[in-house]
Amino acid sequence: MTQPPAPDRHYLNVNYGVRSWLLTVDHKRIALLYLGSVTLFFMIGGIFAMLVRLELLTPEGDLMQAETYNKMFTMHGIAMVFFFLLPAIPAVLGNFLVPMMIGAKDLAFPRLNLLSWYLYMIGALFTIWAIVAGGVDTGWTFYTPYSTAWSNTNVVPVALGIFVAGFSSILTGLNFIVTIHKMRAPGLTWFRLPLFIWAHYATSIIMILGTPVLAITIVLVALERIFHFGFFDPALGGDPVLFQHFFWFYSHPAVYIMILPAMGVISELVACYSRKRIFGYSFVAFSSLAIALVGFLVWGHHMFVSGQSVYAALVFSILSFLVAIPSAVKVFNWTATLYKGRISFETPMLYVFGFIGLFTVGGLTGLFLAALGLDVHVHDTYFIVAHFHYIMVGGTIMAYLGGLHFWWPKISGRLYPEWWGRLSAGVIFVGFNLTFFPQFILGYLGMPRRYHVYPEEFQVLNVMSSAGASILGFGYLIPLVYMIWSMRYGKPAPANPWSAAGLEWTTPSPPPTENFPVTPVVTEEAYAYDLPARRLPEGTHV
Amino acid sequence: MSEAVSRVAHHFDDAAQQKDAATLGMWVFLVTEILFFGGLFLAYVVYRTSFPEAWVEASHELDVTLGGINTAVLILSSLTMALAVQAAQLGRRKGLIVFLALTILLGGTFLGIKAVEYHHKVVEHHVPGASFQFHGANARAVQIFFSIYFAMTGMHALHMVIGVGLLLNLMRQGLAGRFTPAWYTPVEMVGLYWHFVDIVWIFLFPLLYLVGRHG
Amino acid sequence: MSEHVVPRRVYYAIFSTLIVLTGVTVAVSFVDLGPLNTLVAMTIACVKATFVVLYFMHARYGSRLIWVMLGAGVLWLVILIALTMGDYASRGW
Repeated sequence: MTQPPAPDRHYLNVNYGVRSWLLTVDHKRIALLYLGSVTLFFMIGGIFAMLVRLELLTPEGDLMQAETYNKMFTMHGIAMVFFFLLPAIPAVLGNFLVPMMIGAKDLAFPRLNLLSWYLYMIGALFTIWAIVAGGVDTGWTFYTPYSTAWSNTNVVPVALGIFVAGFSSILTGLNFIVTIHKMRAPGLTWFRLPLFIWAHYATSIIMILGTPVLAITIVLVALERIFHFGFFDPALGGDPVLFQHFFWFYSHPAVYIMILPAMGVISELVACYSRKRIFGYSFVAFSSLAIALVGFLVWGHHMFVSGQSVYAALVFSILSFLVAIPSAVKVFNWTATLYKGRISFETPMLYVFGFIGLFTVGGLTGLFLAALGLDVHVHDTYFIVAHFHYIMVGGTIMAYLGGLHFWWPKISGRLYPEWWGRLSAGVIFVGFNLTFFPQFILGYLGMPRRYHVYPEEFQVLNVMSSAGASILGFGYLIPLVYMIWSMRYGKPAPANPWSAAGLEWTTPSPPPTENFPVTPVVTEEAYAYDLPARRLPEGTHV
Repeated sequence: MSEAVSRVAHHFDDAAQQKDAATLGMWVFLVTEILFFGGLFLAYVVYRTSFPEAWVEASHELDVTLGGINTAVLILSSLTMALAVQAAQLGRRKGLIVFLALTILLGGTFLGIKAVEYHHKVVEHHVPGASFQFHGANARAVQIFFSIYFAMTGMHALHMVIGVGLLLNLMRQGLAGRFTPAWYTPVEMVGLYWHFVDIVWIFLFPLLYLVGRHG
Repeated sequence: MSEHVVPRRVYYAIFSTLIVLTGVTVAVSFVDLGPLNTLVAMTIACVKATFVVLYFMHARYGSRLIWVMLGAGVLWLVILIALTMGDYASRGW
């Protein structure tokens, strides 16, 4: 495959100076702005996690008081969910790659894209201010009436920060939807799109339809807290459970905003590192849409013990089983892609294997939780904590790192050091499992979440978990160091170091600002790797 | 039809694609607004079904005449907005300015009447919170009604204020001759937004003002 | 959005219809129809909204994609309200 020569002028050096970055409308630069911001919040969230796990080394509450501990897990959740997990893949990889994968010069609304980043930063600043001013202790879920009537902490600034960051999300989703509909290169029909694009399209649908409900929820909480308007206050005849309906209507689909882009990344990586077309392409594409749709119908499974009616709980339970099906479809199709592929084990692929294994564990435990009878026992225990960390960390963060490594040569024009990449993937995998597997056991044994003390017999598992967390934290630091190192000292990357399929790989590394001086014309299916999806000779018994 | 200044941004193939994208983008934004206001409608539905008598009592405290006038004012403003867009489409600059001005005037009238209504509510101690006073068994639920009333109409009014700001900006651009039959996209987009805000009020009016008006 | 120019008389007709329907809404609200009052009021509101969307917002002359987007928004709102009310309605069972 002929590769374009190394460029003199590209999007990174086309102009210099702080203004050229802060006023950029180039989707690739905006992606890097986001990269810096979300990495910062990952570290902030990580510090809070470290403090939580430090306290939990001992059964007594000897490191901090209960109220302080409440702030620790609250700020950990807020920083990680709203300012890292939700934006990371869409705003970093999505922003960079969506136009490139479809042969466009930019997103449909470049200035709106920049506004999205500024909204994120304003939201982030409100949140940081709230942290510095004493934090919030309501849990990231802000349940009423505690958050509206009783908490003495900085609820409103954080709520405001999340409100503003929510609009960042909405505008990103809007930009992606319009771009994917209106700016595909000639010949790029829907079913020739990379699955990364399908995943981001489905994600954008969730962003558009769900986030506004979170926004109005925050408005109502603020009105109640500041002006004592009665919406959720029982003293006024309001229903606190109504808040939970409002909150989870967004926050459950939000977890699909966090996982769908990750699944899009995995599809790209699996195809490349098995040198095969994705098995069942259209099934995978439609499963993304199915997750987006069905994901909106299950929110009540967060409320099985909150006081909603048993009949509603039954309906939500059944629907929650259904939502697992499209995810399973993806896992089966990735596995079938791997089968008889020519597999290689570069760093991104190590993250893929980590994802498939850990996401499957997380997803299966989700089925346990969908069962009403079982959830009643493990709700608000460490079983839940383990479940969602397997998906968010074992799933999303693994995919994020895999994607970051995979596209790093394109983004930076440099190769990361492969040996260090593989090492850190291994350290992260070990650290992750040591941190979170014991938590399944702890939850099953009955240790509740959000408590800074616990019965003595749980200490061994907690110590294992905290030890794992240090290994995991260390594991995350290694890529931070070598990725930054590689920006200056890494080997210059060719246009397509992985011989990967996809329009983004036809550009130089790094690409020019306009991506494609001449708009490409697409004539092939996606993933035109040497091996077709089906390679079984006639008469083969499987 | 050649344009002295090309208004097609560098990342679009042509003006048609740019306009298509803008239109789709504005509609997607309006969909987010449906869900945003929709949350308030959810709160309304939940509490109205829980407290039907309180809803009747509370709704009677609102002025149907003022609310009805405001509804007519907004519908008229939608007409003038549609005519403004048409004027831009046909290159009639004076017509555009006149209809934009009328729309702004009508929007301002709506907000003025709303301010009068809010003033009544303050004087009658119907604003939820510390100063709320209502006599009768349903006082608690009536306070919830008014919480929802102020949240819904307040959010709507905020959108109107933003709309008026957008319209003033359009007038400024229109007076400077920025719009031609080949490019008047911002006028259309603000028009879509304005009509949406009108539609929200079309639902708010009967839900808030006309509950149990018989008897 | 097409370059189609909507005749002014269409706009005036829609405007008049909207005003008339508003009057009908108010008038009907003073008649006791029991539970039907709300249904009638909401139905008329939906009709009015449809006219605004079709003619003032030019959806009648626009692409089907817009319809799908709009339909999705409305459907999602229905999902939000229906599933939540499902809880409230069945609490007493």
